Amino acid sequence: MTPLLTANNLLLRAGPRTLCSGLSLRVEQGQCWGLLGKNGAGKTSLLHTLAGLRTPPEGVVFLGETPLAALSPAQIAEKIGLLLQESVDALPSTVLETALLGRHPHTKGRLFDNAEDLVIAHESLRKLGIESLAPRTVDSLSGGERQRLALAMLLAQRPRLLLLDEPSNHLDLGFQTPLIQLLLSQASDSARKTSHPSDSTSPGAAVIMATHDINLAARVCDNIVLMIGDGETLVGNAVDVLTECNLGKAYDCPIARVEHEGRTLFYPL
Amino acid sequence: MSQLQPFRLLFIALLAAFTSVLVSLLSGSVELSLGDLIAYTVGDVPDLQRQVLEDIRFPRTLAAFVTGAALALAGVLMQVLLRNPLADPYILGLSGGAAVGALASIMLGLGGWWLSGTAFVGALVSVGVVFGIASRSGRWSTTHLLLTGVVVSAGWGALINLMLSTSASASVQGMLFWLMGDLSQSRVGLLQVGILITGAALALRAARSLNVLVRGDLVATSLGVHVNGLRLSLFFGASLLTVVAVTTAGSVGFVGLVVPHMLRLTGARDHRLLIPFSIIAGGTFLVVADTLARTLLAPQQLPVGVITALIGVPSFIAILRSAPSK
Repeated sequence: MTPLLTANNLLLRAGPRTLCSGLSLRVEQGQCWGLLGKNGAGKTSLLHTLAGLRTPPEGVVFLGETPLAALSPAQIAEKIGLLLQESVDALPSTVLETALLGRHPHTKGRLFDNAEDLVIAHESLRKLGIESLAPRTVDSLSGGERQRLALAMLLAQRPRLLLLDEPSNHLDLGFQTPLIQLLLSQASDSARKTSHPSDSTSPGAAVIMATHDINLAARVCDNIVLMIGDGETLVGNAVDVLTECNLGKAYDCPIARVEHEGRTLFYPL
Repeated sequence: MSQLQPFRLLFIALLAAFTSVLVSLLSGSVELSLGDLIAYTVGDVPDLQRQVLEDIRFPRTLAAFVTGAALALAGVLMQVLLRNPLADPYILGLSGGAAVGALASIMLGLGGWWLSGTAFVGALVSVGVVFGIASRSGRWSTTHLLLTGVVVSAGWGALINLMLSTSASASVQGMLFWLMGDLSQSRVGLLQVGILITGAALALRAARSLNVLVRGDLVATSLGVHVNGLRLSLFFGASLLTVVAVTTAGSVGFVGLVVPHMLRLTGARDHRLLIPFSIIAGGTFLVVADTLARTLLAPQQLPVGVITALIGVPSFIAILRSAPSK
């Protein structure tokens, strides 16, 4: 089966620093990937490169079998959804209007929203628990409510591949894990709905999230990219990559690990 | 906003536009009645009235409407391009360049087409300079563009002050009228009307993408908008519309900044509504302002830019105060 997203031999730089070099990964359907590393290690740059917002100086990213560089932003937006760390709201708009923006990739040539767009937008707001805020203006929301709104916009987009930059930012502790599960199942759902029944390669979706929360990643991610610095990255199974030794090296501080009720927790010493 | 409401509001806006045009056509030193206007449409009106309508009132009212509409639309587009609520059509220095051109003509005692021509050249130079500086840096960031515009405006401002302070006092009044915006010599033709209609149609077609673009370049790209192309079109589209306005009436202030905001405050935040409403409201606003400018102290004519601010400021404050703070 063709992977959803493939990165071959990526090189990323920020000024004189090398963020990663020779990085390759295959993101298969149903997988949840975590990008870990300390501040400035290049998590966001990598995420943006995988979303097609930046062109890497070396290496290629494939969406299915097509290089991202050969696709238009509109074609990419039908498949890939991106949650950014910051939102801009310089001019006023309401929560519902914002959620409806997520429908943009699916409205080619149509000026006004149709009934389906409205249903999907409302459903996305409900799933994030903010449907009651629909008529409010965005500038009146709290940080956590804004994050939920950004996620609702992403759900309304119904992408097959979700790239998330710090999805748990501002969110309540109890909502973080259910959120990732919601996103994964929603992504698979929409992939199933939009795929042609006879096209056996289509169903299934994937999540890639950049996060500073090792414990969240350990709980929901099956694969990890650990960005260590100086271009060095560790890619692989979560169980293999998330060790005290690797994490200690990546975060420049000794890290200990405990098992409790079947879960693994990491904490700095 | 429910699905039906926009159409009702659009009807009200068109009604207001129609009324303002009617009042403008009937006001002035030569008395005209509604009866005369109806008589004119069936071709049965005395020569004097027909001449006043055809040579003075129609062209001036049309010029006012086109100028107001172009400024309001350019204001909306600039606010999206710069993602800044304080942006107006003149923020990138275009009106300053046009003013230097126009003032040069007035200094040399040239009028009519010379005035529009040199204003056009000045505006073009300004657009070119801002575009050149912003593109050279390779980054079309909003901050960079805004700073470039502000600095270029300041440069033009110095030249304008230099010209004002060294000109013969007889020509200074003409210069001031141009700077404040004045419709007494204004005429628009097919070209200007065509640019406005084309600009309006293209802007409306892109309205959905503009809604996305105000959320940031990254969000817009990730939602499938071709950001660089759209921002370039916004820059040149807004500039062209502003050029139409300033070569017609000088730098009429306030319309391009305030009309879009008044509409946003009354609920038209979505650009699919904001664009058509801005065009109608901007045109209506300037027709009303110009009618007042030429009747308030008749036979003396006031610069229309003074009136736009005088009626614009209190009405904007009233809307600001009554807008629900959610």
